[in-house]
Amino acid sequence: MSMGAAHQITAGFMPLFDSAVLVAAGELGFAAREGIELTLHRETSWANVRDRIAIGHFHLAHMLGPMPLACNLGLTPLASETIVPFSLGLGGNCVTISNAAWEGMAAHGAVADLDPARAGAALGALIRERAAAGRDALRFAVVHPHSGHNYELRYWLAACGIDPERQIEIVIVPPPFMADALAAGRIDGYCVGEPWNSASVAAGTGHIVTVKAQIWRNSPEKVIGVRKAWADENPEALAALLRSLHHSARWCQDPANHGELAAVMAQPGILGLPPAVQMPILTGHLQLGGGAELDIDDFFVPFDKAANFPWKSHALWYYTQMVRWGHVAHTPDNLAIARDCYRPDLYRSALKPLGVALPGANSKVEGALRLATAVGATGAGLVLGPDGFFDGQIFDPDEIDAYIAGQKSALARFLL
Amino acid sequence: MVRTSLAVLVIDENRIRAAIIEAGLREAGHERVTVIHDVAGIARRIAEIEPDVIVIDLENPNRDMLENMFQLSRAVKRPIAMFVDRSDQASIEAAVDAGVSAYVVDGLRQERVKPILDMAVSRFNAFSRMARELEEARSELESRKVIDRAKGILMKSRGLSEEAAYTLLRKTAMNQNRKISDIAQSLVTAAGLLRPAEDE
Repeated sequence: MSMGAAHQITAGFMPLFDSAVLVAAGELGFAAREGIELTLHRETSWANVRDRIAIGHFHLAHMLGPMPLACNLGLTPLASETIVPFSLGLGGNCVTISNAAWEGMAAHGAVADLDPARAGAALGALIRERAAAGRDALRFAVVHPHSGHNYELRYWLAACGIDPERQIEIVIVPPPFMADALAAGRIDGYCVGEPWNSASVAAGTGHIVTVKAQIWRNSPEKVIGVRKAWADENPEALAALLRSLHHSARWCQDPANHGELAAVMAQPGILGLPPAVQMPILTGHLQLGGGAELDIDDFFVPFDKAANFPWKSHALWYYTQMVRWGHVAHTPDNLAIARDCYRPDLYRSALKPLGVALPGANSKVEGALRLATAVGATGAGLVLGPDGFFDGQIFDPDEIDAYIAGQKSALARFLL
Repeated sequence: MVRTSLAVLVIDENRIRAAIIEAGLREAGHERVTVIHDVAGIARRIAEIEPDVIVIDLENPNRDMLENMFQLSRAVKRPIAMFVDRSDQASIEAAVDAGVSAYVVDGLRQERVKPILDMAVSRFNAFSRMARELEEARSELESRKVIDRAKGILMKSRGLSEEAAYTLLRKTAMNQNRKISDIAQSLVTAAGLLRPAEDE
């Protein structure tokens, strides 16, 4: 195959389960069937992924959703213009805290139901109690400042009346080190993708208190970030790759394939963890700690609900959170950069020959769908959502200024 | 030439490689070199050292944590940019190829930092070469051991001299277009499988 492939593509990924659609495209032949020789490289940090994209070692990579925005907005040390023509799925993250913090939360009414509002209220009460007693602020970890994890953790805390800038500390820890850091008491909690939450529960050192799928249902997570210079010069290779990712994602969604997918991801060169550890993210059946367990709807969605469509409204929501937490200034130029980063046009033109359901719009109002809803689309019918934020807020990408201003005034209330 | 010496911090979990880089920096006249192997408590160390240049190996999974720390610049007084000049694509590529990354205090002039980066890159490459040679030497030693065992098996089972046993191995390898060590390994494995069971 290798000599005959029409396109040679080199892609980077981090050892996280949500790289599955990209990994399966390479390992199970979806890429080869589209005439692509796909070479996958495992990396050790997001900084490495970014650097290797910037100098052209990788044509594209598994990336955190806000990462290409951060590159294009000039927030990173070394970057090249990066675009997003494909999303690798919705959901998949959890917030896990130490046993000690869980006991403190339970004393303030937390129960093992993952309800973000109830858990947040209990955490807020614990934080105020600790502050009154003169104890250190709780320390939470996320994987990267420009990550869905950081922004959803902060969103959840802020909506529960906790100021993430002043009432807790947020540090950066690589995903595979999270469980150890929690067990050793270096951090009190973290927000990360699977399997690193179930790892702490299995070790008896942590409790899952809420999940991304309940903070913001069917919300964006990892994406395919593509070096724009390469995409511009190789439109056919990119379109072929997007089709192969589409087929791979459909395969990954099918429960009949979950055992095989878990075995692929378990390989030493991919995650190097036993297949059993990969199952909670696939089934949505999570052990929460202390013997509690729960089935979570839409915990991780690799294909359904137009999960692979790179909505501009997802990129713009990340942008509002970057503004909210002082990562970038809200200016017309920056807004334009954020608006141009995700490329639904490339997704649509690559998949059009397949005759599959494609959203007609590039953006949608986020948080408006209380129920799964059939929407207007080309091709066969398409079902989206539900996509609610747990606090009932709605993000209308046409009303960005109002959204940013509303969050700023909500933030100001903390400081009174 | 050197007005005030630059403070250089080397972060590398590989102690041997870190020592090689440190030696190179000292030979080049840099006296203020600090080496850290473990990133625990690194924020405080950086605040104490106030480095002008930070050299870190690319395999370190803590790069994201370190970059975030540099950007918050509470621990590091001045903002730190990667490399001196983003337009110097060749030196950036050479560094990433060698597996090293560098952060430099903003405003430092290129001619002061470039030699440090070049030195780090060449020492990283030298270390990789050394590691590769070491691996080759190790596998050669392993081959020699397995060939000795195969010779011993042939000498015992077929009553050959050592020289005849080696000649037989060499001929078989040539006929099958394989390495002598591969033939020897096959023979040792087969002999192990065919050995009369002792406990059954």
